[in-house]
Amino acid sequence: MSPILGIIASSRAVASNSYESIATVTIGSGGASTASFTSIPSTYQHLQIRVMAKTNDGNPYGNAAVTLNGAAGEYRHDLYGTGSAAGASASATSFISYIGGTAQFGVAIIDILDYADTNKNKTIRSICGVDNNGSGLAAMTSGLETSTTAVSSITLTSNSGNFPQYSSFALYGIKG
Amino acid sequence: MPSTYEPIATTTLSSTASIITFSSIPSTYTDLFLVVACLDNGGGRTRLRLNGDSATNYSRTNLVGNGSGSASYSGTNEAQFDLSVAAGTSSTNPTAQMISINNYANTTTNKTILSRYNLASGAVEMMTGLYRSTSAITSVSYFTQGTMQVGTTATLYGIKAA
Repeated sequence: MSPILGIIASSRAVASNSYESIATVTIGSGGASTASFTSIPSTYQHLQIRVMAKTNDGNPYGNAAVTLNGAAGEYRHDLYGTGSAAGASASATSFISYIGGTAQFGVAIIDILDYADTNKNKTIRSICGVDNNGSGLAAMTSGLETSTTAVSSITLTSNSGNFPQYSSFALYGIKG
Repeated sequence: MPSTYEPIATTTLSSTASIITFSSIPSTYTDLFLVVACLDNGGGRTRLRLNGDSATNYSRTNLVGNGSGSASYSGTNEAQFDLSVAAGTSSTNPTAQMISINNYANTTTNKTILSRYNLASGAVEMMTGLYRSTSAITSVSYFTQGTMQVGTTATLYGIKAA
Protein backbone atom coordinates (compact mmCIF):
# COMPACT_ATOMS: atom_id res chain seq x y z
CA MET A 1 0.00 0.00 0.00
CA SER A 2 1.29 3.41 -0.89
CA PRO A 3 0.46 6.57 0.98
CA ILE A 4 0.15 8.17 -2.43
CA LEU A 5 -3.18 6.39 -2.70
CA GLY A 6 -4.34 8.07 0.47
CA ILE A 7 -6.95 10.70 0.91
CA ILE A 8 -6.02 13.91 2.62
CA ALA A 9 -8.99 14.78 4.71
CA SER A 10 -10.67 18.12 4.30
CA SER A 11 -10.43 20.67 7.04
CA ARG A 12 -13.52 21.78 8.86
CA ALA A 13 -13.16 23.99 11.89
CA VAL A 14 -16.33 23.82 13.96
CA ALA A 15 -16.40 25.05 17.54
CA SER A 16 -17.91 22.81 20.19
CA ASN A 17 -19.21 23.95 23.55
CA SER A 18 -20.44 20.78 25.22
CA TYR A 19 -17.09 19.31 26.32
CA GLU A 20 -14.98 21.52 28.54
CA SER A 21 -11.66 21.22 30.29
CA ILE A 22 -12.04 21.66 34.06
CA ALA A 23 -8.53 21.04 35.41
CA THR A 24 -5.34 19.11 34.74
CA VAL A 25 -2.76 17.58 37.08
CA THR A 26 0.67 17.04 35.55
CA ILE A 27 3.17 15.30 37.79
CA GLY A 28 6.49 17.07 38.27
CA SER A 29 10.03 15.80 38.64
CA GLY A 30 9.58 14.55 42.19
CA GLY A 31 6.64 12.33 41.40
CA ALA A 32 3.46 12.08 43.47
CA SER A 33 1.42 9.20 44.82
CA THR A 34 -1.92 10.90 44.20
CA ALA A 35 -3.62 13.25 41.79
CA SER A 36 -6.67 15.10 43.07
CA PHE A 37 -9.45 17.26 41.72
CA THR A 38 -11.45 19.28 44.23
CA SER A 39 -14.32 21.78 44.12
CA ILE A 40 -15.66 20.19 40.95
CA PRO A 41 -18.60 22.29 39.74
CA SER A 42 -21.98 20.54 39.49
CA THR A 43 -22.88 22.21 36.21
CA TYR A 44 -22.12 19.29 33.88
CA GLN A 45 -23.95 16.07 33.10
CA HIS A 46 -20.95 13.74 33.11
CA LEU A 47 -17.25 13.84 33.93
CA GLN A 48 -14.39 12.30 31.99
CA ILE A 49 -10.79 11.84 33.15
CA ARG A 50 -8.16 11.23 30.49
CA VAL A 51 -5.02 9.70 31.97
CA MET A 52 -1.51 9.01 30.74
CA ALA A 53 0.52 7.59 33.62
CA LYS A 54 3.01 5.11 35.02
CA THR A 55 3.43 3.64 38.48
CA ASN A 56 6.35 1.99 40.24
CA ASP A 57 4.74 -1.44 39.83
CA GLY A 58 7.21 -4.05 38.59
CA ASN A 59 4.47 -5.92 36.75
CA PRO A 60 3.72 -5.06 33.11
CA TYR A 61 0.99 -2.77 34.38
CA GLY A 62 -0.04 -0.85 37.47
CA ASN A 63 -3.26 0.80 38.49
CA ALA A 64 -4.79 3.94 39.88
CA ALA A 65 -7.51 3.64 42.51
CA VAL A 66 -10.28 6.15 41.92
CA THR A 67 -11.92 7.59 45.04
CA LEU A 68 -15.00 9.79 44.90
CA ASN A 69 -15.58 12.36 47.68
CA GLY A 70 -12.90 10.65 49.75
CA ALA A 71 -15.05 7.55 50.22
CA ALA A 72 -13.92 3.95 49.99
CA GLY A 73 -16.20 0.97 49.56
CA GLU A 74 -16.72 0.98 45.82
CA TYR A 75 -17.54 -2.04 43.69
CA ARG A 76 -15.86 -3.09 40.48
CA HIS A 77 -16.00 -5.66 37.70
CA ASP A 78 -13.23 -5.99 35.11
CA LEU A 79 -12.80 -7.67 31.76
CA TYR A 80 -9.17 -7.80 30.68
CA GLY A 81 -6.75 -9.32 28.21
CA THR A 82 -3.05 -9.95 28.71
CA GLY A 83 -2.20 -10.69 25.09
CA SER A 84 -2.45 -14.45 25.54
CA ALA A 85 -5.58 -14.87 27.66
CA ALA A 86 -8.72 -13.02 28.64
CA GLY A 87 -10.12 -12.95 32.13
CA ALA A 88 -12.43 -11.22 34.54
CA SER A 89 -12.17 -10.06 38.11
CA ALA A 90 -14.22 -8.23 40.70
CA SER A 91 -13.80 -6.28 43.92
CA ALA A 92 -16.13 -5.12 46.64
CA THR A 93 -13.69 -2.60 48.06
CA SER A 94 -12.23 -0.46 45.29
CA PHE A 95 -12.56 0.90 41.80
CA ILE A 96 -9.33 0.91 39.82
CA SER A 97 -8.25 1.81 36.32
CA TYR A 98 -5.21 0.10 34.87
CA ILE A 99 -2.25 2.20 33.71
CA GLY A 100 1.46 1.67 33.14
CA GLY A 101 3.99 -0.11 35.32
CA THR A 102 7.60 1.04 35.35
CA ALA A 103 8.26 0.53 31.64
CA GLN A 104 5.74 2.44 29.55
CA PHE A 105 3.02 4.99 30.08
CA GLY A 106 -0.45 3.51 30.11
CA VAL A 107 -3.61 5.37 29.22
CA ALA A 108 -7.13 5.37 30.62
CA ILE A 109 -10.38 7.10 29.81
CA ILE A 110 -12.64 7.16 32.87
CA ASP A 111 -16.27 8.28 32.69
CA ILE A 112 -18.33 9.20 35.76
CA LEU A 113 -21.97 9.37 34.74
CA ASP A 114 -24.55 11.72 36.28
CA TYR A 115 -22.00 12.67 38.92
CA ALA A 116 -24.06 15.55 40.31
CA ASP A 117 -27.39 13.68 40.52
CA THR A 118 -28.39 13.33 44.19
CA ASN A 119 -31.03 10.69 43.38
CA LYS A 120 -28.64 8.07 42.01
CA ASN A 121 -25.73 5.98 43.11
CA LYS A 122 -22.67 6.72 40.97
CA THR A 123 -21.55 4.53 38.09
CA ILE A 124 -18.04 4.67 36.67
CA ARG A 125 -16.58 3.02 33.60
CA SER A 126 -13.07 2.89 32.26
CA ILE A 127 -11.31 1.73 29.14
CA CYS A 128 -7.63 1.44 29.85
CA GLY A 129 -4.37 -0.37 29.25
CA VAL A 130 -0.68 -0.40 28.53
CA ASP A 131 1.55 -2.24 26.09
CA ASN A 132 5.26 -2.91 26.60
CA ASN A 133 6.14 -4.60 23.28
CA GLY A 134 5.97 -8.11 24.67
CA SER A 135 3.65 -7.73 27.62
CA GLY A 136 0.62 -5.63 28.37
CA LEU A 137 -2.94 -5.37 29.53
CA ALA A 138 -6.11 -4.12 27.84
CA ALA A 139 -9.11 -3.75 30.09
CA MET A 140 -12.62 -2.45 30.53
CA THR A 141 -13.79 -1.80 34.06
CA SER A 142 -17.14 -0.89 35.56
CA GLY A 143 -17.59 0.54 39.03
CA LEU A 144 -20.29 1.53 41.46
CA GLU A 145 -20.22 3.90 44.40
CA THR A 146 -23.28 3.42 46.56
CA SER A 147 -23.76 7.07 47.40
CA THR A 148 -26.26 9.60 46.14
CA THR A 149 -24.06 12.52 47.14
CA ALA A 150 -22.97 14.73 44.26
CA VAL A 151 -19.33 14.15 43.39
CA SER A 152 -17.26 17.22 44.17
CA SER A 153 -13.82 15.66 44.53
CA ILE A 154 -11.90 12.82 42.88
CA THR A 155 -8.58 11.33 43.90
CA LEU A 156 -6.48 8.88 41.90
CA THR A 157 -3.91 6.94 43.92
CA SER A 158 -1.00 4.89 42.60
CA ASN A 159 -1.00 1.24 43.65
CA SER A 160 2.81 1.23 43.87
CA GLY A 161 5.00 4.19 44.71
CA ASN A 162 4.57 7.47 42.91
CA PHE A 163 3.15 8.46 39.59
CA PRO A 164 6.41 9.61 37.95
CA GLN A 165 7.15 12.80 36.07
CA TYR A 166 5.12 13.43 32.91
CA SER A 167 2.14 11.48 34.19
CA SER A 168 -0.95 13.55 33.50
CA PHE A 169 -4.60 13.50 34.58
CA ALA A 170 -7.05 15.78 32.77
CA LEU A 171 -10.62 16.28 34.01
CA TYR A 172 -13.33 17.30 31.56
CA GLY A 173 -17.00 18.16 31.96
CA ILE A 174 -19.61 17.03 29.44
CA LYS A 175 -22.84 19.00 29.26
CA GLY A 176 -26.21 17.34 28.79
CA MET B 1 -14.25 26.99 31.05
CA PRO B 2 -12.77 26.67 27.54
CA SER B 3 -14.60 24.36 25.17
CA THR B 4 -12.14 21.86 23.87
CA TYR B 5 -13.52 18.98 21.80
CA GLU B 6 -13.17 20.14 18.24
CA PRO B 7 -13.25 18.44 14.85
CA ILE B 8 -9.93 18.97 13.10
CA ALA B 9 -10.85 17.32 9.82
CA THR B 10 -13.31 14.85 8.36
CA THR B 11 -13.66 12.81 5.21
CA THR B 12 -16.36 10.74 3.55
CA LEU B 13 -15.30 8.40 0.79
CA SER B 14 -17.01 9.10 -2.52
CA SER B 15 -14.89 6.43 -4.20
CA THR B 16 -13.09 3.38 -2.89
CA ALA B 17 -9.74 3.92 -1.18
CA SER B 18 -7.04 1.91 0.50
CA ILE B 19 -6.06 4.50 3.08
CA ILE B 20 -7.31 7.66 4.77
CA THR B 21 -4.62 10.04 5.99
CA PHE B 22 -4.94 13.07 8.20
CA SER B 23 -1.79 15.12 7.80
CA SER B 24 -0.41 18.43 9.09
CA ILE B 25 -2.12 17.85 12.42
CA PRO B 26 -1.61 20.91 14.64
CA SER B 27 0.21 20.38 17.93
CA THR B 28 -2.17 22.62 19.84
CA TYR B 29 -4.30 19.89 21.43
CA THR B 30 -3.56 17.42 24.22
CA ASP B 31 -5.19 14.27 22.81
CA LEU B 32 -6.45 13.16 19.42
CA PHE B 33 -9.65 11.15 18.96
CA LEU B 34 -10.39 9.43 15.66
CA VAL B 35 -13.89 8.12 14.88
CA VAL B 36 -14.34 5.88 11.84
CA ALA B 37 -17.40 4.17 10.37
CA CYS B 38 -15.72 1.77 7.99
CA LEU B 39 -17.16 -0.21 5.11
CA ASP B 40 -14.56 -2.57 3.69
CA ASN B 41 -14.56 -5.49 1.27
CA GLY B 42 -11.59 -7.35 2.70
CA GLY B 43 -13.10 -8.96 5.77
CA GLY B 44 -9.78 -8.50 7.52
CA ARG B 45 -8.13 -6.24 10.04
CA THR B 46 -8.32 -2.49 10.50
CA ARG B 47 -5.02 -0.73 11.02
CA LEU B 48 -3.38 2.54 12.01
CA ARG B 49 -0.03 4.07 11.25
CA LEU B 50 1.47 7.22 12.77
CA ASN B 51 3.69 9.78 11.05
CA GLY B 52 3.83 7.51 7.99
CA ASP B 53 6.27 5.33 9.90
CA SER B 54 6.30 1.77 8.53
CA ALA B 55 9.25 0.60 10.62
CA THR B 56 8.60 -2.09 13.23
CA ASN B 57 7.96 0.36 16.07
CA TYR B 58 4.44 -0.80 16.96
CA SER B 59 3.12 -3.31 19.48
CA ARG B 60 -0.33 -4.09 20.83
CA THR B 61 -2.54 -6.01 23.24
CA ASN B 62 -6.06 -6.83 22.02
CA LEU B 63 -9.16 -7.94 23.93
CA VAL B 64 -12.00 -9.60 21.98
CA GLY B 65 -15.53 -10.75 22.73
CA ASN B 66 -17.52 -12.50 20.02
CA GLY B 67 -20.79 -13.38 21.72
CA SER B 68 -19.75 -16.80 22.93
CA GLY B 69 -16.37 -16.18 24.52
CA SER B 70 -13.50 -13.80 25.07
CA ALA B 71 -9.86 -13.91 24.02
CA SER B 72 -6.74 -11.79 23.99
CA TYR B 73 -4.05 -11.40 21.36
CA SER B 74 -0.83 -9.45 21.04
CA GLY B 75 1.71 -8.33 18.50
CA THR B 76 5.28 -7.09 18.88
CA ASN B 77 7.64 -5.20 16.59
CA GLU B 78 4.99 -4.68 13.92
CA ALA B 79 4.85 -2.16 11.10
CA GLN B 80 1.46 -0.78 12.18
CA PHE B 81 -1.19 -1.08 14.86
CA ASP B 82 -3.69 -3.88 14.21
CA LEU B 83 -6.74 -2.27 15.75
CA SER B 84 -9.00 -5.27 15.22
CA VAL B 85 -7.86 -8.85 14.90
CA ALA B 86 -10.86 -11.14 15.13
CA ALA B 87 -14.06 -9.58 13.91
CA GLY B 88 -13.19 -8.79 10.31
CA THR B 89 -14.79 -6.02 8.32
CA SER B 90 -17.99 -5.82 6.31
CA SER B 91 -18.88 -4.04 3.07
CA THR B 92 -22.50 -3.65 4.15
CA ASN B 93 -22.45 -3.23 7.94
CA PRO B 94 -20.19 -0.37 9.04
CA THR B 95 -17.76 -1.02 11.84
CA ALA B 96 -17.60 1.64 14.52
CA GLN B 97 -14.04 2.46 15.49
CA MET B 98 -12.92 4.98 18.12
CA ILE B 99 -9.21 5.61 18.68
CA SER B 100 -7.65 7.83 21.34
CA ILE B 101 -4.05 9.02 20.93
CA ASN B 102 -3.06 10.61 24.21
CA ASN B 103 -0.44 13.34 24.59
CA TYR B 104 0.30 12.97 20.89
CA ALA B 105 2.39 16.14 20.61
CA ASN B 106 4.81 15.52 23.45
CA THR B 107 8.41 14.83 22.48
CA THR B 108 9.47 13.16 25.74
CA THR B 109 7.57 9.87 25.90
CA ASN B 110 6.60 7.01 23.64
CA LYS B 111 2.95 7.09 22.55
CA THR B 112 0.22 4.82 23.90
CA ILE B 113 -3.16 4.56 22.20
CA LEU B 114 -6.54 3.05 23.05
CA SER B 115 -8.95 1.70 20.46
CA ARG B 116 -12.54 0.43 20.51
CA TYR B 117 -13.96 -1.59 17.62
CA ASN B 118 -17.57 -2.65 17.23
CA LEU B 119 -19.08 -4.82 14.51
CA ALA B 120 -22.55 -5.92 15.56
CA SER B 121 -22.46 -8.92 13.26
CA GLY B 122 -19.04 -10.01 14.45
CA ALA B 123 -17.46 -8.95 17.71
CA VAL B 124 -16.52 -6.18 20.07
CA GLU B 125 -12.84 -5.48 20.52
CA MET B 126 -10.50 -3.10 22.29
CA MET B 127 -6.79 -2.59 21.95
CA THR B 128 -4.00 -0.77 23.70
CA GLY B 129 -0.94 -0.08 21.59
CA LEU B 130 2.55 1.29 22.01
CA TYR B 131 4.34 3.33 19.37
CA ARG B 132 7.99 3.48 20.28
CA SER B 133 8.78 7.02 19.19
CA THR B 134 9.12 10.29 21.04
CA SER B 135 8.33 12.33 17.95
CA ALA B 136 5.21 14.44 17.98
CA ILE B 137 2.41 12.91 15.90
CA THR B 138 1.67 15.02 12.84
CA SER B 139 -0.12 12.49 10.64
CA VAL B 140 -2.48 9.58 11.23
CA SER B 141 -3.29 6.97 8.58
CA TYR B 142 -6.19 4.51 8.85
CA PHE B 143 -6.31 1.53 6.51
CA THR B 144 -7.52 -2.04 6.21
CA GLN B 145 -6.41 -5.32 4.69
CA GLY B 146 -8.95 -4.76 1.92
CA THR B 147 -10.37 -1.73 0.18
CA MET B 148 -12.55 0.78 1.98
CA GLN B 149 -15.88 1.36 0.30
CA VAL B 150 -17.92 4.42 -0.64
CA GLY B 151 -19.62 5.90 2.41
CA THR B 152 -16.81 5.21 4.85
CA THR B 153 -16.43 8.21 7.15
CA ALA B 154 -13.57 9.32 9.37
CA THR B 155 -13.38 12.34 11.66
CA LEU B 156 -10.38 13.46 13.67
CA TYR B 157 -11.04 15.47 16.84
CA GLY B 158 -8.69 17.44 19.04
CA ILE B 159 -9.11 17.54 22.82
CA LYS B 160 -7.31 20.24 24.77
CA ALA B 161 -6.69 20.13 28.50
CA ALA B 162 -6.64 23.25 30.63
